[in-house]
Parts: sequence; C-alpha cells; structure tokens
Amino acid sequence: MANTTASAEMLPTESSKQKQLKSLISKYGIYFAFIGLVIFMSAMHPAFLTVTNILNIIRQVTSIGLIALGVTIIIITRGIDLSSGSVLALVSVVAASLAQNPDWHAKMYPSLPALPVIVPILAALAIGSLCGAINGAFVAKTGIPPFIATLGMMIVARGAALIYSDGRPVSDLNDSYNFIGQGEIFGIPFPVILFIIMALISWILLNRTRFGKYAYSIGGNEQAAFVSGINVAKYKILVYTFGGFLAGMAGLVLSARISSGQPGLGNMFELDAIAAATIGGVSHAGGIGTIQGTVVGALIIGVLNNGLDLLNVSAYWQQIIKGSIIVAAVVFDMRKNARKN
Amino acid sequence: MQSEVVLDMQGISKSFPGVKALSDVQLTLREGEVHALMGENGAGKSTLMKILFGMYTRDCGIIKLDGKEVELNGTLDSLEHGVSMIHQELSPVLHRSVAENIWLGREPVKGLLKLVDHDKMWADTKGLLERLDLEIDPREHMVSLTVAQMQMIEIAKAVSYNAKIIIMDEPSSSLTDKEVGHLFEIIRKLKGQGVAIVYISHKMDEIFEIADTITVFRDGQYISSVPARETNQSKLIKMMVGRELNKMFTREDHTIGEDMLKVEGLSLEKRFEDVSFDVKKGEIFGIAGLVGAGRTELVETLFGVRSKSAGHIYIKGKHVHIKSPDHAKKNGMALLTEDRRQSGLSLMLSVEDNTAVANMDSYVGGGNLLEVARLKKEAKEECKKIRVKTPTMTEPIGNLSGGNQQKVLLARWLLTKPDILFLDEPTRGIDVGAKAEIYKLISMFAQEGKTVIMVSSEMPELLGMCDRILVMHEGRNKGILDRNDASQEAIMSLALQKH
Repeated sequence: MANTTASAEMLPTESSKQKQLKSLISKYGIYFAFIGLVIFMSAMHPAFLTVTNILNIIRQVTSIGLIALGVTIIIITRGIDLSSGSVLALVSVVAASLAQNPDWHAKMYPSLPALPVIVPILAALAIGSLCGAINGAFVAKTGIPPFIATLGMMIVARGAALIYSDGRPVSDLNDSYNFIGQGEIFGIPFPVILFIIMALISWILLNRTRFGKYAYSIGGNEQAAFVSGINVAKYKILVYTFGGFLAGMAGLVLSARISSGQPGLGNMFELDAIAAATIGGVSHAGGIGTIQGTVVGALIIGVLNNGLDLLNVSAYWQQIIKGSIIVAAVVFDMRKNARKN
Repeated sequence: MQSEVVLDMQGISKSFPGVKALSDVQLTLREGEVHALMGENGAGKSTLMKILFGMYTRDCGIIKLDGKEVELNGTLDSLEHGVSMIHQELSPVLHRSVAENIWLGREPVKGLLKLVDHDKMWADTKGLLERLDLEIDPREHMVSLTVAQMQMIEIAKAVSYNAKIIIMDEPSSSLTDKEVGHLFEIIRKLKGQGVAIVYISHKMDEIFEIADTITVFRDGQYISSVPARETNQSKLIKMMVGRELNKMFTREDHTIGEDMLKVEGLSLEKRFEDVSFDVKKGEIFGIAGLVGAGRTELVETLFGVRSKSAGHIYIKGKHVHIKSPDHAKKNGMALLTEDRRQSGLSLMLSVEDNTAVANMDSYVGGGNLLEVARLKKEAKEECKKIRVKTPTMTEPIGNLSGGNQQKVLLARWLLTKPDILFLDEPTRGIDVGAKAEIYKLISMFAQEGKTVIMVSSEMPELLGMCDRILVMHEGRNKGILDRNDASQEAIMSLALQKH
C-alpha cells in the first residue's frame, strides 16, 4: 500500500489531481453548498450579510437545530424520531405553567407562588428525557420499528399537551424564564449560545465517549455490536433519551421566545430536524453522520427560510424549494457513497 | 439400460478472489436418475450447482443440455432450459398463499387490463399438487405450513417450470424421518416421470437409499462418479477426504495446564443436547462436524449470544451464568463469529473503530471521556502486530480484503486480552497466505497459556492445529478424539456413525 500511495504522490497526474478535487468536493460538498448559498443570498440582498440578520438566522433555527442534534444520533443508530415536535409542545405548556407571573389573572395554578426559574427548566428537561426514554424502551425492548414507536409518542404527547393546557396557550411568563428565549449575553442571543454549547456537547458525546462509538457501531451492524459485548438495548434507550432531552430544551427555548407555552407549538418540527440532519449527510441506513454536518444542514434551512423571505418568495414556493433541496441532497449523498463502493 | 444423457458439464472452472472454487470439474446426468453429490464443506458442490442454475458464471468449460451447448446467464435462463433448484434456505413470501408463491412473478393474467387470473392460478396449483400427491390447500398462507410442507411447495414450484433437472441442496436438513420418507416418495415419482434429480447431502444412509449415482468432489476438484450400489460408506469417505495435509500449520510447543473451561450437559432447544467437555489452559480444542451439527450454536451459547436451555458452565473451576456477550466478555471470553459480514464487521466504519469497539471500556478516562489517543495507539499497535494491511487506520473496513478484515476482527478480540478465544470458521473465505498467518496467531495465543476453541469445517485445519477434537453430529457430542488418534477418516466415521 505504501508503494502505491507514494508513487501517486510523486507523479501527480492530471487525472489524480482531478480525482483529489472530486473527492474533496464530495467530502465537503455540503459545506461548499452552504458557502455558495450564503454568497448567493448576499449578492441578491444587501441586508442578508449583516450581523443582526446572521444572528437572527441562527436564533430562528435553534429549536429545529437542537432537535436535529438529537435526531442525528438517533438516525446514526438506524432509528428515527417523529415525536420531537409534539414533545416540544408538551414541554412548553408544562414549563410555562410553572413560570407564569404570580399576578396574572388567568394563571393555570392560581395559588402557585413565584417559583425559581430552575423549576420549569428541570421539569422541561425531565419530561423531554422521559418521553425519549419511553421511545427508546419501546424500540429496544419490544423490537417495534422506531418509526412506529415514535409515531405513537408523537400523537400521545400532542394529546397530553392539549389536555394539560386545555387547548389554550399558557401565557404571561416571568422575565427570568423569558431570558432563555429572548436574553442576550455580550450581544449574542442566549438561544444561540445554548445551541452552540449543545452542539459541542453532542460532538463530544459522539466522538469522545462510548455512547457515541456504540451509536455508530449499533447503526453500522447491530448484530456485530451485540456480539462484541455492547449492551445494545441500554444504549438505544440512552440515545432516544438524549433526543428527548434536546426536544425538551427546544420546548423551553421556543416558549420563552414567544413568552407562551402552546399545545400547537413545534408542529412538523421533527420533519425539519430530520431534513437538517439528512441534508447534513446523516445516512438513514445507519452508521454514518456527523454533528458538524447537521449544524450546517440546519443553517442551510435557516438561510433558505430567511433569504427567501428577504427575496419576497412566497411561503408556498419556499416549501417546494425546500422539499426539492432535501431530495437532491440525498441523491447526491447516495451517489457519493455508491461511487466509493 | 443406460438412459438418455440430459446434462453434460465438462472442464468447468470457477475462481473467486483469492480462492479457486472449482478446477476442471465434470458432471453427467441421465434422464430419470437421482445423482448424489458428495464432498466436504467447500468441496465445490454448491458452486457447481449455482453455475448450473445460472447464479454464477463459470470461468471456463462447456455445459450441454440435451446434447446442445448452452449459455446460462441468470436463473431465468436456467429455468427456461428446464433446470430448477431448491435451496437449502427456503425464502417463501410468508403472508401470501401457496398458489401466489408458486406463480410469483409469472401470474396468469386475463383480459385487456391484465388482471391476475386467480381462478386459473388456483386450478393450476391444485392440479400441480395432485400430481405430487400433496394434500395442501392452494389458498393456505405459507406461514401456516410446516417447514417440510414449504419444501414440498418449492418442489412443486420447480415442477411447475416443467423442469427436467431439479437440484436439491440438502433438502432433508430440517426434516423429520417421516417427512424425509415423504420427500423420497416424491423424488421417486419425479424420477418415474423422467426428471433427473441432483441430490446434495451429507447423510450417508439417505444417499444409499435414494441415489443411483454418486459423484465425489474434493477441494474444488472432481474425484470420481460411481454407481451407488458398487460402493460403500468407507470407500466414499476415503474419496471425500483422501488428501495430503499441507505444511501450513504452525504449532509451537505449548504446555497444557489446568482446567480453564468446563461444560456439563449443555443444551439448546432443537439445536444441540447434552454436550459436555472440558478444556485446559494452553490447549487448542477443535469442534468438528458437518453443517447443521450445532457447532456454531454451541459456541454462541457459551458466549451468551443464545440462552442455554440446560447445563452448567465453569470457568477456572467457578460456576458462571453467562447471560449476554457483554457478560461473557467480562468473564474473559472472546468470540470470532462465523459470518464476518453478518455479525462481525460494520462495513462503513473505520478499521480503527472496528478494532476498538469491543474494548471501549478500557479507554474510559476522566469525566467518562474516552482516551482517544490511547485508543488510536493501541488499535494501531494491535493491527500492526498481526500484520493487517490497510492504507490508514481511518479507512472504511469495507475496502479491505477478506483476509485483512478477518485479521481486524481477530485484533478486536485480542485487544480485550481474553483467556478463552472462540473461533468459528476462522479462515473461511480467505486466501492461503492469510490462513497461515492466522494459524500462527492462534498458536502463539495458546503458547501464552490461553485457551482456544475452534469450530471448523476444514478438517486439515483442525487436524493440523488442535490438541483434541470434539466431533458433533445433529446436535450430539459423538466423541472427543485425541490429537494422536485423530484423522479425517476417524472424524468422518464418528460423525456419520448411526446412533
């Protein structure tokens, strides 16, 4: 092997240079596409490439982005999570009910004193994680397809959100809660900081812990992972729990941003998140995917939403453009992998 | 007396990367005969039949059907030429009816809209089943049939193609004695209708009951064809195994120490029963037997992949209850599985990750984070030690050759520093050079006072490497041979001995 690579390096022929370029493009294609998109939008509209607008884009994608981080790891294990949008809604109403201003006349729990903000935060993360754990337990212990397990949770969690809130928004939330969605630190929106931190944590989990190594291994070949002595059921439950945790966090951020928990929040967010991960190169056949890819995938969706708005493209056309891009990204990805084999 | 020749294959060769599967073999079939193919696993029987059935293309040679030279490109071609095959592994569409399974892909249609003509399909199926004396309702769903009935349906399907030649690959392997009787009745009926049957089996008594002619293969070569009534069991065994042992095997002197693993009355429902043996430190212990003997199931049960139905396991004198591979690993065991692709490799993951995956626990450092630098270093060192050839450690393992993939899997387990190493067909599908290297590694491992338990269908490998060999047949322990008493003939006759 050493010989062949050495000789190839010594005589860089035209074709090998082209090959290198090709493999560079296919490896980093998504990043090039992202840069190209940003350049295109900047050229089309002067307001696009401003700090305010960029931060705005990132803030808008944080909810979907947070969910996408979790669903990335789930898809790497060859699973799927359809419940995240509904879990977000359930979390938003519960957390909001614990964060209402004490003097609000339509308070959900009229006798509840003002609680420290940590209470709704912990409640949100706990409920999100619990929903995820239930998903994981059904997938791991009963062997039903993840699509079905999480489809069930999607419907159940939405119903629970409606029951809990009696179908009404839970509003007038206190300022410390609102900070989660509206605050800034050194001029950077707090949700953006949260998203960056969670992306870093997800990257570390995926690349620097057994949890991540096993996620890849389970998605790569579940039987091989089992025979290698990996507790497949345990790690599957953990992976879905983490997904639920992030959906819970997204519920916090979104309800704090609009200062209201609503049972209809997060509708179809799970699909946007799956789209972000998919555009970012996560393979639904399992075993392949990166956090950085998903982050860029989420940003591409954000830039498209924002840029197409700036360009006055109608919301109806935006759907057609987004849908086409998702399919195109996967076709590109499949061809890239097919060439490799 | 001699009937018409329906098939004549001459000078057939076939190579796979690194392996010569068939070299210059021949086969002649006559109308209305049952022709048995015999030979050890890997002798080339199945490869030859897959060529005849159009699943593989031959490298060279001539195939004549009814005296005319033919090209068989794909199974459809073969079916059109009247060749049908019943595979060892049945693949019925379980939740569809018998009739739909038989006519799958060639359903009779009627009318302008080409709607499926169910009436004709059921009537045709009924006639077909009656012709074979099968009492099965064409509308029954496959899932409610027994394995034997499914097999009969496969045969009916073969007949429905007006097959002149039907290949049966180990058709009796999952049948009871009574069902085998019924199978033979059908075979005799087909024979009477002039169909030639190729019957692949390891079961001597069956072959002497049903076959007219027996052809023996060995190591991809044609050995001989003989009329069944002019030969006997011991002559056949000699033909099947009569080769020289080559000098591939490294066996360093190793001292055999005290008890490592003791197995008492181990059983797994329907797979094996009441298997007992013990293995010492520093010993290489072989498990021989034909396909379906329960060898893989035995090591998988010891390793916790399957749950035993009875029996006891002791490691170094201590009674253990192995519940999962995780648990087995913690008890110092390692298992290199039989099927690399199915239960070994994650093809898209790197050589490094494939090497380290079973040993992650030992790389966990502060804050539950992995010590990635140490992981990379140890994985690389282990791969280097056993001479895995790969461009880089981050190369997807799918890009490596079979031999190197196998070495990576071996590295995976050696990294966990096991006391007991189970090897299931450790050299299957890899080339001769890599085989010799793996033998050397096995020998070195035993030299360190560790225990190796290896399952193999390659008898020379077992004879060359093992201190003792357990012979299994149809889920039973048929005896343990000492190195000095072991020979291919001894193993074969022990395995095929009637109980």
